[in-house]
Amino acid sequence: MDYFAQQLINGLVLGSIYGLIAIGYTMVYGIVGMINFAHGDIFMIGGFIALITFLILVSIGLTAVPVILLLVLLVSMAITSLYGWTIERIAYRPLRHSFRLAPMLSAIGMSFVLTNFSQVAQGARVKPVPPIITGGYTLHEGADGFAVRLSNIQIIVVITTIVLLALFTWLVARTRLGRDMRACEQDQTMASLLGVDVDRTISMTFVIGAALAAVAGMMYLLYYGLVDFFMGFVAGIKAFTAAVLGGIGSLPGAMLGGLLIGLIETLWAAYFSTEYKDVAAFSILIVVLIFLPTGLLGRPEVEKV
Amino acid sequence: MAANASQAKTARGPDAAFILKKAVISALVALVLFSLMIGIRTEAGSDGQLTWWTRFGDLAAMVAVVFGGSIVMELLRRWWGPVDTVRVVPPSAQKVFSFAGRALVPALLIFTFLVPVIFYDERYILDLGILVLTYVMLGWGLNVVVGLAGLLDLGYVAFYAVGAYSYALLATNFGLSFWICLPLAGILAAFFGVLLGFPVLRLRGDYLAIVTLAFGEIIRLVIINWQTLTGGPNGVSGIPRPTMFGIPLTPGDDGLAALLGIEFSPTHRIVFLFYLILALALLTNWVTIRLRRLPIGRAWEALREDEVACRALGINTTTTKLTAFATGAMFGGFAGAFFATRQGFISPESFTFHESALVLAIVVLGGMGSQLGVALAALAMIGGFELFRGLEQFRMLVFGGAMVLLMIWRPRGLIGHRAPTVFLERNTVISSDLVKEGHG
Repeated sequence: MDYFAQQLINGLVLGSIYGLIAIGYTMVYGIVGMINFAHGDIFMIGGFIALITFLILVSIGLTAVPVILLLVLLVSMAITSLYGWTIERIAYRPLRHSFRLAPMLSAIGMSFVLTNFSQVAQGARVKPVPPIITGGYTLHEGADGFAVRLSNIQIIVVITTIVLLALFTWLVARTRLGRDMRACEQDQTMASLLGVDVDRTISMTFVIGAALAAVAGMMYLLYYGLVDFFMGFVAGIKAFTAAVLGGIGSLPGAMLGGLLIGLIETLWAAYFSTEYKDVAAFSILIVVLIFLPTGLLGRPEVEKV
Repeated sequence: MAANASQAKTARGPDAAFILKKAVISALVALVLFSLMIGIRTEAGSDGQLTWWTRFGDLAAMVAVVFGGSIVMELLRRWWGPVDTVRVVPPSAQKVFSFAGRALVPALLIFTFLVPVIFYDERYILDLGILVLTYVMLGWGLNVVVGLAGLLDLGYVAFYAVGAYSYALLATNFGLSFWICLPLAGILAAFFGVLLGFPVLRLRGDYLAIVTLAFGEIIRLVIINWQTLTGGPNGVSGIPRPTMFGIPLTPGDDGLAALLGIEFSPTHRIVFLFYLILALALLTNWVTIRLRRLPIGRAWEALREDEVACRALGINTTTTKLTAFATGAMFGGFAGAFFATRQGFISPESFTFHESALVLAIVVLGGMGSQLGVALAALAMIGGFELFRGLEQFRMLVFGGAMVLLMIWRPRGLIGHRAPTVFLERNTVISSDLVKEGHG
């Protein structure tokens, strides 16, 4: 039971990271109707920028951990969202009214560009960082000596995710930008007729998605203590799986899907085999799409002739 | 960085201040983007600690490149005119074009047949030719699924892998010859195609794409992890070379050279492989062309255009989709078996998502459904790839960038029109803007 509880905690933390990435997929899909293949790589770029900022801050003599974390978070979010904005501008906007495959291929190309950009710019080797946040709590110690632990990093990851999710839900539900986004999601032409700046709204969607991916990248760095140039691909596919599982276009769905994928992956690795944990995650995707093509919280798509 | 692209259309004439402003904005964006990623370099030292140093020279160079590039791009755009300008081609030039268009296919075919004769001593060109033809074949195979049936498949490499591993394992474990394994590899790949097809029957468009991608990854992960069967990451080595219908291409007494009474040369095998993949590719092409004239081929194209209408007309969409997957997969399997016998060694590294994306890029660049377009696109892509062989590190960067640029430049591919399979009185080409795709 203790072992299970521990895996549950680990899975929820991993799931929070997936959920943060999945929100970016689900928003872009909801509004533009394309799979932003480069989103996983945006997450990776976010991780790299967090790492570099952290190194610089440490070497100029900052020691207060909360200050460092806050600065790293802000810098990483700012620069990564500029990446999101630029990519939309270069690779997707010219293709917005093109046929459906074109932006997708453009996105795949962009994903290759980002992966190899960071490989060339920062080298192919894994970048480790020493643990920044240490310590934690022992929740329960079993008779056999197995202790259920909750580390401070895990608490930070979960709390950050909850705060961001709340902030984001507020943004979509209550602000002008959120209303514009929902309008564009329903009907871009109509929205633009009613005075919504569609281009700007779509740009902002990419910026927000990239900012959340940057947070996910930073959390990944804190939690696992490493980044490498290839981590975006698999994380990207899993986050997309999460978005589909939760019902694409639905924000709570993306988070729920992320948590489920994180849990499934962790539990599978814990009880069956580590080698096949990715296979398990992808199989879940296929199974879900067969039985629940609209995901858990998605709206069914009505086909009009 | 197309900042202010909308303003560019309203501005008249080469407004220097505007171009400069745009270039400065692009350079500023680039400065922020690259500041940390290029300006700072990190590396793990020998003690496991990360060290970093600055590279402001590189950063300045990159920003300057973006600044200059932005100016050049903007000037080019003004020179070229708006994207959707209709260019009037004079009738005489049109005649020349249409003649060249008709002569192109036979000319290319004859040239391809003569490649081993012309370049007999140039091993490098022969190898490159084999590589290009392999991708032509893969492109034609995927074209059945994506171009004809409109089913977006991002996991085509799975079938390539199945074909390669079936041949490799059957040949190394049971000593079966290439000519027995080739159909078996095709059948096995087709079986996997149906296996993938069944669950995705109800999916369309992007969902289909992501499931096929997941399928491709599952196959690769299983190959990596099922070590007892596939050798895992180490792959399968010692795969037998093909024989010319039982006659080995070796220097021994029973070899082809000895039988013909000519001097042995290792080039014979390369030439044989060249004609083998050419034959396989042409077979793919021929079958596809013939299938397009059969009810099943027409059903594929109808499915691509409108699935609902298809069903209303009584076409069985289940069998239509499954046959498309199976046919495409079978050709992928053939190509895989050929790949295994050519390399003599295969490992999961050859079957990554990157291959699927490359083949899909070839099909889309070729114009989705155009056989000639796919062949030309394969030549352009693989040939272009070879040009950057010297820049090993930057190859994928260039490839990704080229994919983005090509999509922006010609989203409809090189050959952007289709010849209808059925017509009433006269055969006219249809602009592919009028054709739906990838919706099935």
